[in-house]
Amino acid sequence: MASRLMWASRAASYLRISVFHRGFSSVVKDLKYADSHEWVKIDGNSATIGITDHAQDHLGDVVYVELPEVGASVTQGGGFGAVESVKATSDIYSPVSGKVVEVNEELSNSPGLVNSSPYDNGWIIKVEVSDAGEIKNLMDADQYSNFCDEEDSKH
Amino acid sequence: MKGGGLWQLGQSITRRIAQADKKAVSRRYFSAESELKKTVLYDFHVANGGKMVPFAGWSMPIQYKDSIMDSTLNCRQNGSLFDVSHMCGLSLKGKDSVPFLEKLVIADVAGLAPGAGTLTVFTNEKGGAIDDSVITKVKDDHIYLVVNAGCRDKDLTHIEEHMKAFKNKGGDVSWHIHDERSLLALQGPLAAPVLQHLTKEDLSKFYFGEFRILDINGVSCSLTRTGYTGEDGFEISVPSENAVDLAKAILEKSEGKIRLTGLGARDSLRLEAGLCLYGNDMEQHITPVEAGLTWAIGKRRRAEGGFLGADIILKQLEEGPSIRRVGFFSSGPPPRSHSEVQDDKGNNIGEVTSGGFSPCLKKNIAMGYVKSGKHKAGSKVKIVIRGKTYDGNVTKMPFVPTKYYKS
Repeated sequence: MASRLMWASRAASYLRISVFHRGFSSVVKDLKYADSHEWVKIDGNSATIGITDHAQDHLGDVVYVELPEVGASVTQGGGFGAVESVKATSDIYSPVSGKVVEVNEELSNSPGLVNSSPYDNGWIIKVEVSDAGEIKNLMDADQYSNFCDEEDSKH
Repeated sequence: MKGGGLWQLGQSITRRIAQADKKAVSRRYFSAESELKKTVLYDFHVANGGKMVPFAGWSMPIQYKDSIMDSTLNCRQNGSLFDVSHMCGLSLKGKDSVPFLEKLVIADVAGLAPGAGTLTVFTNEKGGAIDDSVITKVKDDHIYLVVNAGCRDKDLTHIEEHMKAFKNKGGDVSWHIHDERSLLALQGPLAAPVLQHLTKEDLSKFYFGEFRILDINGVSCSLTRTGYTGEDGFEISVPSENAVDLAKAILEKSEGKIRLTGLGARDSLRLEAGLCLYGNDMEQHITPVEAGLTWAIGKRRRAEGGFLGADIILKQLEEGPSIRRVGFFSSGPPPRSHSEVQDDKGNNIGEVTSGGFSPCLKKNIAMGYVKSGKHKAGSKVKIVIRGKTYDGNVTKMPFVPTKYYKS
């Protein structure tokens, strides 16, 4: 895990990658967002997690989603899987802590759902939330939109 | 600090396609964006939706409006136009150009007919690869070659050093770096029919590897029938002031079928064609024999040697190399460079150097090095990705059949 994170930051800083902003990606109002570009939909004790439209747009065609096992525990900000696009590999981080109760098996056969339906059929895991207090650390839709704009203008 | 992890990593293809000896070019990679060099087509790329990224010191399009998947498929179906002006075109001139170059590369340059070319490798004293390059003997006293952008400084220093010594001994050779020209690569099944609209010369008698100076779109260009996609196609060296007009003319004549294509699809295409990327699949410590480029060592050169590291390379030819470059198919996530390769018993046998999802085959492909004896096509292997092992097998390359225009 640590080495993956290190690889990630090393690769990113080594390359000083930048790309022009391509256009407006959509956000969904009632979701919460992490700065690592995952969304979470909170429904009582249950959290559905996926990657944002902005993230899938930058990644391009998703060809493989590495899913965790049901029962695995995840922590806020910790990696739980990976998305592979034609371009590259990206880790996925959990926006909340808890236990994985369901994974989207559809993605094994149709990883492209992450591109075509990032907020709906392209969901990745469902988690039983262990600490509802963590949710306040996340952004709402407006904050996340601004965050993306700022991030793009920096690059 | 993991902020922006997905976002930034999404762009990390450049890590895979960075054609570079990292030490030699680190200064270029770290240069501020404002210091990035631009080709004369920069504004044209941006106007056509090019997503510009830093690459070997240049700001280059990684893709345009199409996805990398669509771009790759369109190249094989119709055609692609790439700006490869970041690569360094070089002419060696003088009556001793051939013997000079033969000291540095493995090719039988003397044996090339005028107007013929080949892929070759610049070697170091240990037989390792300094760079790969396509060289053409224009005439006996004129060699044209193109080296990788990321290797430019290193290669030029290397050539210059040896040239000095060679000239001190009375050799007649000098160079000209073609910074006044731009380089376009036109690839795919429509490359020849479209280019034929722009020149009076008959391209049907112009074969893979050949070189010619001719008028294209009314301007004198150097044309090589070569490329980096496995498709039929050309690399066109055009005076920089005419490059944008030529790019527009090619796109227009194809009626939109040939599309501008970026570095992302270029990497998928070359991987599908089983072609090495210097910096990934070939490096300073890898010999041409290990890299599977034994065919590029001229017969006469095998007998006579006379290039840097020849003793080591000729010994490897005799005894066989200890590692070999092979292709892999695999299940699970696409292998990437540095993924470990194990035999079916779990012993480490090598490493992946390039890998990804093949847009044409719709499955994972990769290349890398394994110990000799483990390299037979069909051998079962395991590939380790993020701590998990996935089944794979060794396979021959190219993954997608090449379509070079041969006589």
